[in-house]
Amino acid sequence: MITRLEARAEPREVAGSGEGVVVDRVSRSFGALKALDGFCLRVAPDEFVALVGPSGCGKSTLLDLVCGLSRPDEGSISAGEAVLMPQRDGLLPWLTAEDNAGLALRVAGASRTAAREAARLHFASFGLEGFERAHPGELSGGMRQRVAFLRTLLAGRPVLGLDEPFGALDALTRARMQEWLSVTLGREPRTTLLVTHDIEEAVLLADRVVLMSPRPGRVVAELDVKLPRPRVRSDPAILALRERAMAVLER
Amino acid sequence: MSRLRDAAPALGLALAGLIAWEAIVRAELIDELLLPSPTQVSTALWEDRSLLGPDLVVTAWEVLAGLAVAVVVGAGLAVAMHLFTGVRRALKPLVVGSQAVPVPVVAPLLILVLGFGIAPKVLMVALVCFFPVTINFYDGLRSVEPDQRKVLRSFAATRWQTFRLLEAPSALPQAFTGIRVAAAVAVIGAVFAEWAGSDSGLGHALLTANGQLLTARAFACVVLLFALAVVLYESFALLERRLVRWAPTPDPSGGP
Repeated sequence: MITRLEARAEPREVAGSGEGVVVDRVSRSFGALKALDGFCLRVAPDEFVALVGPSGCGKSTLLDLVCGLSRPDEGSISAGEAVLMPQRDGLLPWLTAEDNAGLALRVAGASRTAAREAARLHFASFGLEGFERAHPGELSGGMRQRVAFLRTLLAGRPVLGLDEPFGALDALTRARMQEWLSVTLGREPRTTLLVTHDIEEAVLLADRVVLMSPRPGRVVAELDVKLPRPRVRSDPAILALRERAMAVLER
Repeated sequence: MSRLRDAAPALGLALAGLIAWEAIVRAELIDELLLPSPTQVSTALWEDRSLLGPDLVVTAWEVLAGLAVAVVVGAGLAVAMHLFTGVRRALKPLVVGSQAVPVPVVAPLLILVLGFGIAPKVLMVALVCFFPVTINFYDGLRSVEPDQRKVLRSFAATRWQTFRLLEAPSALPQAFTGIRVAAAVAVIGAVFAEWAGSDSGLGHALLTANGQLLTARAFACVVLLFALAVVLYESFALLERRLVRWAPTPDPSGGP
């Protein structure tokens, strides 16, 4: 059962230069465990969609499917080339920050030096200047996430799958990183699927928030967030959206 | 200073043991032919230095060469077993089974086939040592953090790229654990091979001293073997700390 909280006409027209995502009646089980059951989702190019739901509702499974890391049992997925930023940053501890950030370029065939130099160009705008040669173990949680996000962007894919990128951060750092992500994606828009259990985060960042049911995951409701950016968490409109999402999820 | 403090418990325990040992022998509780006192052993160590020195060099070479073979072959086996399912299925039972073959039984056979030179000793050491290297490296290659694997897969990395960029470096700490274990037990292989047929090396010297009831000299040989194992182990531990600085140390004050 899908409740549209914001009335919207037809599925969005495909616009912009990027590529979108269409998930059509997808089911995926792990043994007897049904993670997703007939799941549908449509993301327009350069749209930012947040998936919110209780733990184990198949959010991460959906990201794996969109990023081509596993195949659906039933249904189909058509998406532009997608890259995943996993839950824990997945940085390689033996590589420096710049080598981690340039990892996708090396996989794509660039030399170690070329990948490193391409990554280094972005360190200043990512607030990582001076930490090019640091290893992940020497970086703070927020910096690790920024390196991981730079690595994800440098993969050069039109679609980003972000799996609870700020879940492990303290509240203050998380708030800063949310602002930072919003600004960065504003500069360089991508089709983005953000998985989170934090409703506030979803409402602050996304164009649209998709609320999911407990396992097996289905879309319970969708919320359009038609608010200008930058958004402020104390904005009454944000608070109202948050309350409505909470009400739906608690039902 | 801090290294001295770190070593204090080991030194203290050794000192206490030596004093007790010396006291027991001096009190003639045990025949000194069966158990020479530490002072007698150290006297033998000093007086027989020109005799034992060359033997130490011989055994050290056997052990180092054997370890080198074990690391190369062991790592090769681990990588082959990791990358190719067929190789894994074919080799794993053999690799595990090889450890059930008693070393003293194999040693004479190797001497028979390879002669009295250094070759059978090196092979014996390699046989004792390759197993911990193979198993640890192999397990290390398989236990990559799932999130890191996901990142590489989402970059569409090839099998070889995943191995080179992720699995191999990620397995390095565990490979070193295997090498350290191998370094500690390597001397056993060398000693058994020398017992089966040799005219030099600490194992040979040990056997000869035993035959002549020169217990103090036999103990001196054991002391040298002990020291050889410790030095090898610590050298590899040092190399490991240099190469895998990024790995989290379980207990920074404990050391390896």
